[in-house]
Amino acid sequence: MSARNGTNIILCGVGGQGTILASKLIADAAMERGMAVKTAETIGMAQRGGSVFSHVRLGQPSASPLMARASADLIIAFEPAEAVRQLPFLKQGGCVVVSTRPVVPVSAMTGGPAYDLDAILGHLRATVDNLVEVNADRAGEELGSAKCLNVVLLGAAARAGELGLSVEDLRTAIHQCLPEKLWELNERALAYAQ
Amino acid sequence: MHTEFLMGNEAIALGALAAGVQVVAGYPGTPSTEVLEGVAKHRKDAPGVVYVEWSINEKSAMEVAAGAAYAGARTLVTCKQVGLNVASDPLMSLEYIGVKGGMVIVVADDPGPISSQTEQDTRTFAGFSKVPVFDPSTPSEAYVMVQDAFEISEQYGTPIILRPTTRVDHGYESMEILDPEEWRIHTAGGFVKDPSRWVIFPRLSVVAHARIEERNAGLADELSDSPYNFVVGETGECATSARRVGIATQGISYTYVRDCLEASNRPRLLRVGTPYPFPERQAVKFLQGLDEVLCVEELDPVIEHALIEVCGKHNLNVRICGKLTGDIAPSGENTPDSVEAALSQKGLLQRGLSSTGQSDTKGTVLGETSPQLPVRPPVLCAGCPHRASFYAVKHAMRGKKTIYCGDIGCYTLGNAAPLDMVDTCLCMGAGIGIAQGVYHVEPDTTCFAFVGDSTFFASGITGVINAFYNQANLTLIVLDNSTTAMTGHQPHPGTGRTMMGELVQAVSIEGVLRGIGLTTVETVDPLDHELAVQTVKRVAAEPGVKAIIFKSPCVVLARPKARSVVDPATCVGCLRCVRELGCPALVPMDGKVRIDPSLCTGCTLCEQVCPFGAISGGERL
Repeated sequence: MSARNGTNIILCGVGGQGTILASKLIADAAMERGMAVKTAETIGMAQRGGSVFSHVRLGQPSASPLMARASADLIIAFEPAEAVRQLPFLKQGGCVVVSTRPVVPVSAMTGGPAYDLDAILGHLRATVDNLVEVNADRAGEELGSAKCLNVVLLGAAARAGELGLSVEDLRTAIHQCLPEKLWELNERALAYAQ
Repeated sequence: MHTEFLMGNEAIALGALAAGVQVVAGYPGTPSTEVLEGVAKHRKDAPGVVYVEWSINEKSAMEVAAGAAYAGARTLVTCKQVGLNVASDPLMSLEYIGVKGGMVIVVADDPGPISSQTEQDTRTFAGFSKVPVFDPSTPSEAYVMVQDAFEISEQYGTPIILRPTTRVDHGYESMEILDPEEWRIHTAGGFVKDPSRWVIFPRLSVVAHARIEERNAGLADELSDSPYNFVVGETGECATSARRVGIATQGISYTYVRDCLEASNRPRLLRVGTPYPFPERQAVKFLQGLDEVLCVEELDPVIEHALIEVCGKHNLNVRICGKLTGDIAPSGENTPDSVEAALSQKGLLQRGLSSTGQSDTKGTVLGETSPQLPVRPPVLCAGCPHRASFYAVKHAMRGKKTIYCGDIGCYTLGNAAPLDMVDTCLCMGAGIGIAQGVYHVEPDTTCFAFVGDSTFFASGITGVINAFYNQANLTLIVLDNSTTAMTGHQPHPGTGRTMMGELVQAVSIEGVLRGIGLTTVETVDPLDHELAVQTVKRVAAEPGVKAIIFKSPCVVLARPKARSVVDPATCVGCLRCVRELGCPALVPMDGKVRIDPSLCTGCTLCEQVCPFGAISGGERL
C-alpha cells in the first residue's frame, strides 16, 4: 500500500459504462477509513455514449474537486482510447489500470477519425511504466457477466497497491452501496485476477 | 449532525429541507436536476408535509412557488440557467411584489458550456432583476447557504437566487449535515388579502422600485460583514515585481486559486459569495494598499465590473485585471491549470509553471507522439426510437426540398452523421416557430418540426397554436417516448405520474392537438419502418399544420425482449446498416457486422434495413 498522504484518482470511460458507481464505491470505502473525499462527476449529455471522467480525491488537503494536470496517482480506464485522453493528468510514475477492450464510437465508422487500437495500446505501453491491462472480454466470460467490469477494474487497482484502499475495504463498500442480490457477483469480480 | 458523502445538488436539497421548505417546484435541466430529485427522495423525513412537483416549465414552477410564498410557505424553485429565461417574466415582477414566506430560486449555471445552449451568467441576471444572489464555492457551502438564503429572503421579503455552477452541482464531498430531527419546522401564516400588496400596478411599482433600491443598498452593507464575503492574506509584494497584487475570486475558481497558492506566499484575496448586491464596504477594505487586482471568475466579469465601479466611486488608484484585460479567458470554464497559469503570469506564484503539462520534467505529456484519438460526442442510444423516426422521415423525403427544425432533448443528437436530421435547434419549443418562419419565406420547402413529448408540454403547444391559426404549412413530428429522457427520466403531464407518487389522468398529446383544431394527427410506431415512411409521405403532402406522433418507449427504461443477431454466412459486409443508422450496437468486425449484445435492444430497425436479410431475432418493445 502506498505511504503517500492522500490519493488522486481519475476514472474514465464511455457514458453508460459505470464509472460513477465505481467512484461511489471508492468514496464509500475511503470514508469508512476516515478519509475526507471529494469527487467531480460527468453528468449530463455525455452520459449518452460520450467521453466521461470522474476526479476522485481521497484524504487530500486540496479545496478543489478537480485536479491539475500531472497530478493523478492512478487512472482507472474503462476503455483504452479514453485512457490516452486522460494521460496528461497522470503524474510521473503514476499507474494506469485499463480495460483493453475498445468501444468504437459511431463517429469512427461514419467519417470521423478512425479508431486505431494497436496504436492506442502501443502508446499506453510505451509511455506508462506502471500499466495494468485487464482483458474485459475474458473477465466477462469467466465471471459470466459483462456488467461488473467496473468492480473488476477496482480490484485490479487495489491489488496494484495504487488505490490507497484494500480489496477488503472495497468489499465492505459493495455491501453498503449495492443491493444484496448483487453482492455475490461483485465479490467474485473484486477477487478476479488475470 | 452526521457526516454524509453528498452531491452538491443533493446537499442543496437537504439544506432546503433543513430550513423547513414546504413547496418545491422546478423543471429538469442539467446541471440542476438532482436538487428537486433530492427533495423528493428525502421529503418524507421532514416533520411536516413537503409538496414537490416537476412543473411543465420554469415559468409555471416560479408561479407555483410564488403563490405558496404569498401564503407564507417556504418555497424552492429549481432550474438551469436557460430555464430562468423561461421564468424571467414572473421573476421580474415578483421582485417588485416580494414574498411573505422565504423563497429561494436555485439556478444552476454551466460554464463551458458542458450541457447547455448558452454560457449566460445568473449573477448578471440577478443584477438585472435586482434579486440578491448567493454563489457557493463547494457543496458543503451550498448546504449552509441555502439555509441562510431562506432567512434573508424572509427578513427582507425578497426571493433569493442560489447560483451553483456545474462543478459545485455535480461535485461530491463528505460533509457534516443536520439530522432530520434537527430540521426546522416552518409554519405558513396563510394568504392575507391586500390588493395594495399583491396586485401589480404602475403606482405600486413606483413605490416598490424605490424600496428595492434602498433595500439592496442596505443589504449590500449588511453582506459586507457576511462570512460569505471574506478577505484573507497579506498585501505582500508579488513574486516578480514590487507591485502589490491581490486576487478577487468566486465559486469553484476560489478552490483552484487556493490550491495553487503556496503556504509561504499568500497574496491578499477577496472571496465574493454574494455578488449582487455587491459587498462594497468589504471590497473597499480589500482594495486598500493594493496596486493591482486579478479577478478570477467564470462566465461574466461580474466582480471585475463591480471592483472597477468601486475604484471609480471611492477614487482608488488600483488597476483591476481579469477578463476585460485578457488575463483570464473571456469564455469557457476555468480549470486548476488555467488558473495556475493566470496566477503565474501575474507573478503571484514563486514557482514557475509546473504542472500544466508544459514542463518536461513532470508528467506524461500528450504531444505529437500520441496516436490519433476517436472523437466521442454523445449519441442516440442503441435501439433509440428517435433514430427510427428520423430515419423514416429522411427516407420518405429523399430528393425533396426540406427543412428539419429540431428542438431540445435527446433528439437533438439526431444532428450527427449518418442521420444528419437536425437543421436548426434554438431553445425549448422553438422548432415549431422556426419551421413556420421558414415556410413564410420559402413556401415550396416542406417544413418539419421535431419536438419531444416533455418539450411539447413545456413550450411546444403555443407554437402549434400559432402556426395553426396563422395558416402555416408544416408537419409536426412529436417524438413521444413517454418520459423526459435527456435529464434522467422525469415524469411530465403525458406520463400519468407525479413527483408526489400519485397516478393521475395523463394529458393526451393527440387530444391537445385535436383540441387546437388539427384534423390530421396520426400515431405510429417508428420502429415499423415501412408504415412510418408511408405515413410521413401521406401526411406531409396534406396542406396546413398536421402531426405525426411517433410513439415508442425510451430504451433506457425498457427491458429488451429479444436481441438481434447477424448471420455471418449471409452478411456480405456491405455496412449499409452502419452507414444508414449509426447505431452503437452495430460493430464492423473482420469484414462483416457484429451486433454487441450488451447494447442491442432488439428494435429490429437494422433487420428492416439490411438488403440481404442477414439480421434477425429482435423483438420490438
